[in-house]
Amino acid sequence: MANGEYPKDLKYTKDHEWAKKAGASVQVGVTFHAQDALGSVVYVELPKVGTTVAAGGQFGVIESTKAVSELYAPISGKVTKVNDAVVNNPSLVNEAPYGGGWLVEIEPSNAAELDGLMDADTYTKSLG
Amino acid sequence: MPRVTPLNAAHKKLNGRLVDFAGWELPVQYAGLIPEHEAVRTKAGLFDVSHMGEVEFRGKGALEAANALITNDLARIADGQAVYSGLLNPNGGFVDDIVAYRFSPERIFICVNAANREKDFAWMKENAKGVTPVDRSEEFAQLAVQGPKAFGIVQRLCQKPLDGVGTYRFTTGEVAGVECIISRTGYTGEDGFELYCPPTQAEQLWFALLEEGKGDGIVPAGLGARDSLRTEMKYALYGNDIDDVHTPLEAGLGWIVKLDKAHFLGKDALVKQKAAGLARKLVGFELTEPGVPRAHYPILKDGQKVGEVTSGTMGPSVKKAIGIGYVPPALAAEGSTFHVEIRGRPAAARVVKTPFYSRG
Repeated sequence: MANGEYPKDLKYTKDHEWAKKAGASVQVGVTFHAQDALGSVVYVELPKVGTTVAAGGQFGVIESTKAVSELYAPISGKVTKVNDAVVNNPSLVNEAPYGGGWLVEIEPSNAAELDGLMDADTYTKSLG
Repeated sequence: MPRVTPLNAAHKKLNGRLVDFAGWELPVQYAGLIPEHEAVRTKAGLFDVSHMGEVEFRGKGALEAANALITNDLARIADGQAVYSGLLNPNGGFVDDIVAYRFSPERIFICVNAANREKDFAWMKENAKGVTPVDRSEEFAQLAVQGPKAFGIVQRLCQKPLDGVGTYRFTTGEVAGVECIISRTGYTGEDGFELYCPPTQAEQLWFALLEEGKGDGIVPAGLGARDSLRTEMKYALYGNDIDDVHTPLEAGLGWIVKLDKAHFLGKDALVKQKAAGLARKLVGFELTEPGVPRAHYPILKDGQKVGEVTSGTMGPSVKKAIGIGYVPPALAAEGSTFHVEIRGRPAAARVVKTPFYSRG
């Protein structure tokens, strides 16, 4: 994934989450950079469907063999879906951070928040 | 600026992810912790452990001087054997855990933890009687070759037959043309060697081992895998599972304490502790509810804090969330249950037999 690491159709946060419009909801995961920095992901803790999250607020936890990291919501809203597959097989985050490794879907309470996130170019530059 | 080992350039060349560990810049991983861990369990892994320190007692009375400082007994082993041992303070707590090599009664070579190098040397110098220890840390790099294929790889690079060098035995000789102390020891639970060599030749040895082991699937392995491998064996890590407060008896390391020795520093405290009974014991446990235990998480029984996790991870080989921690003796027996508080929530845990991992 040398160059295709940060798909153009996603939005990004400084905390290394990505967000993508998926119908009425927004799908959320962690970026290639995040999973690479974490190393082998061994545990993911996600909120229950129906939980309300606030942009920038913690919504879960992701753990690699070595470290524990917080997950921060890119946007405010209500959790409509949780990826059970990734809870049962956390290595999906490493294998397919933008695919099978997605974490939750959030129904946005303020659509403008998504537009306010970084695009791929800006995010890539922020990584230096 | 962290210190670097003689293999720093090699780590960079191999795309090791360098981190600061106990003041040393070392790779936490190369390709990935789990593949490296698995390579060590099934094939072979190569670790740079040059940050470890080496202290030597030399001359008449060397064995007696070293023996008076450590819990294990150098008089009970033969030349060419090594022992794992505690170096204790007068209260029975660990100054460090060490491996002591008996070259002869006149030459005892001690490997100490990187984080404790200066402290240990000062401690030994202050407390040694008759012989003045010498810090030889700058004279040695150390490479650990570990895994079921490790023996063959090292043997093919060494003219001396190594079959006779059993576990916790050592010899000296050339490996890939580099003069080494060849020690059948390790920190992974797998067969293998730890090779002490001159720093100037460490890189030559490093790449020779990787080249020779290519067909066996050897990989360079980082500190991350080293930690998960040792945790699966419940090998103590100084600063986590053992420290200057906890004693070897509490840490379940009674086997490295030879109380029948006439004297060693810390013995009186251990004799007293043994008579009075232990207030806590280091146990291995697994979580029976989701989560991963980590160092410093509270251990709870009936909602009350009764202990603390000292190490924990998701064991890549055992495929379970495993932990090590101190608990009251009443909770130390296999099958005992308690909770580990993870981010404010209790997760059920059960004491299990250790090592968590067993070969085969």
